[in-house]
This record gives sequence, C-alpha cells and structure tokens, in this order.
Amino acid sequence: MTKNDALARMLTAMADDALIQGHRNSEWTGLGPIMEEDIAFSSMAQDKIGHAWALYRILQEELGGEEPDSFAFLRNEKDYRCCHFVEYPNGEYDFSLMRHFLFDHAEAIRYQQLRESAFAPLRPLAEKLKGEIKYHTLHANAWIAQLCRAGEESYARMQSALNTCFPLALGIFEPDPEAGAILEAEGIYPGEAKLKEMWLDRVYNLCAAAGLNLPAESSVTPEYGGRKGYHTEYLQPLLEEMGAVFRSDPQATW
Amino acid sequence: MDQPQYSLDPRVNRLRLLESGEPVEVQEGENWNSFEVFHQEKRGAHHEHVGCVHAPNAQLALVFAKEQFARRKKCVNLWVVRSADILAFNAEDEDMFANNAEKTYRDASGFKVMEKINQFKKSTHDKK
Repeated sequence: MTKNDALARMLTAMADDALIQGHRNSEWTGLGPIMEEDIAFSSMAQDKIGHAWALYRILQEELGGEEPDSFAFLRNEKDYRCCHFVEYPNGEYDFSLMRHFLFDHAEAIRYQQLRESAFAPLRPLAEKLKGEIKYHTLHANAWIAQLCRAGEESYARMQSALNTCFPLALGIFEPDPEAGAILEAEGIYPGEAKLKEMWLDRVYNLCAAAGLNLPAESSVTPEYGGRKGYHTEYLQPLLEEMGAVFRSDPQATW
Repeated sequence: MDQPQYSLDPRVNRLRLLESGEPVEVQEGENWNSFEVFHQEKRGAHHEHVGCVHAPNAQLALVFAKEQFARRKKCVNLWVVRSADILAFNAEDEDMFANNAEKTYRDASGFKVMEKINQFKKSTHDKK
C-alpha cells in the first residue's frame, strides 16, 4: 500500500462519516422538537455535508479521485467507508442528540490533530472548520447538560441513549493497521488508538459533569465493519434516498 | 372541573389553577423563557436588537441565537437577556415624549461648527 492509498482510505472514511451523519441529521428538518432547535440542527447538518464535500475535493485534487458529486452519490454500498454509528436511523431525539455529542467531540479531536498534519492540504481545512465544530460541540454540551438535569425521565433517557451509543461510537475509531501504520509514520495523523484515548478523556469528563456514567470500554464490544465496507441494513435505503435526485440526471448542472 | 389542557408545545406547561383561587407559584425552570437577542456586527460596534428566542436557560438561548440570527452575514458576538428582565415604560406613558418634535433647539444639528473646523484644519495644514 502506498502513502496515497493510505491517505485516500483515511479521507474517504472521514468524508463518508460526515456525509452520512449530515444526511441523517438533515432528516430532522421540519421535525425538530422546537423551532429554534430545528433550525440549529438543520444548519449543523448542512455544515457536515460541507465538510464531506471539502474532503472529497481534496481526494479529487490531490489524490486523483473522482468528481465529488458522483463519488458521493453513485458508489455501491460496499465502497462506502462510514462507520455503523452514523448509519443508524434517527430514532428519538435522545439518540440523535447523544450521537451528535459523541460524534462531534470525535470530530473536534481529529481536526485538532490534523491542524499539524504532514499532509499539507488538511491543515488549512482543519483550521477553517475549527469554529464550526466548536459550535457543534457547544450545542451538544448545552443540550446534554440541560436534559440531564431536567427530571428523572429525561435523565434516564440520556443515560440509556449513552449506553446504546457508546459501543457504536467506538466504531469511529475502528483500527486499520496497514494504512494506520503508514499514516502515523508519515506524521499525517496520530492514529485511531491515540484519537480514541483523547476522545475518551474528553467525553468522560463531560459525562461526569452531567452526572452520566460512561460505560467502561472493556465492558462493551465496539461495532466495527464500516471501514472495511461491511454496513448495517440501514445504509442502502439511505443511499437510495440521498442519491435519488442526483441519479435521475447525473449530467445535470446545479 | 375541566381537565387541564396539555399542549404539544414542550415550552407550554399549563398551570393547574386551584378552585379555591389561591395564587399559584411558578417554579424556576417550569416554563421556558423568551430571551431578547442582540447582534454585534464588528468589534467595538453597538449590539443591536435583532429578535428573540425561546429557551430553557440563557446558555441554550445563546446556542439557539447563534443559528437563528448569526448564521448569515457578519457577526462577531451576541448577547441574550431574559425578556422579563427588561424594564420599559407603559404604552400609555407615550405622552411624556409627545412634544419632542417641537423642541428643535435640542437638536445637535443646530450648531454651526463646520466653519470653525475647516478653519482649524487649514491652520494646522499651513503650519506643516
């Protein structure tokens, strides 16, 4: 495997995570619990899709990848590299909010590290997305703190959502030993294991402040497979819906 | 007695009034508040009122206000303040301001200073 192959794997996984998470979150548009939150959540979903686009562009321009739109919408399901965590249907707002909280803190840590990446095109991108991701985590933290002190039922639902989400969220850090070794040696990023440690530290403290018990990593089985192209039953229907308009006329200019 | 009306809107938590007519105390956090939002376009500029949001607390009001009022165009900061904390005159006190339009002698525009300013500018320019 060459350095460029390893980079392409990492960028595709990051971009697919952002695209699928963005699409899932956008499904709340018009259905959010209150108007202000509906607007905020939809706006952040758009941000995510923007992050995916920026990464697909880097793939195209630096690594000879496909044109971003067709790469995003026309691939077969097994060619996507997103983790299972982002594929699951929205369920109720507690699940969506907890997913947003765990996912965005992982994004914040990843992009923070990429600001010093040896792969130059990632540095300005990481710098540019800093403020957006800061807002996403601020939004998530404010909701988690609020709902954890909003009564017994509310607290119980947040803890239960955390228990459901935690093994799925560990799937964000699914190891890819072959590509990972190259990327670490080249100074492109510190590797999934180190990112996971930083994420666990940060999320543990935030959960503790909200009174939530973060399950022990050793007590759960992380849900892996996405990075190798094995997906949940929920991805294919999502891809069909997401790409329906694009596929109706792939040559159209927007 | 009629059944209490429950709203689908989570911000609306209808109070149960007692038949005896005793006053009902609204507990902190029982109802969402409205917060007025003030937008600052650049550092040092005034914060200007742009609208309001509903939120359970000031922290979330600020989070909502950011996407509500500052996701387009330039913004460097926002303020939120609970609408209930704003003190205002009553509408019927509008008569206090009624004669303002006649008191043109209070307009700063009445002072003629441009001549002096130009003279000063000219004198400092001449010295150089």
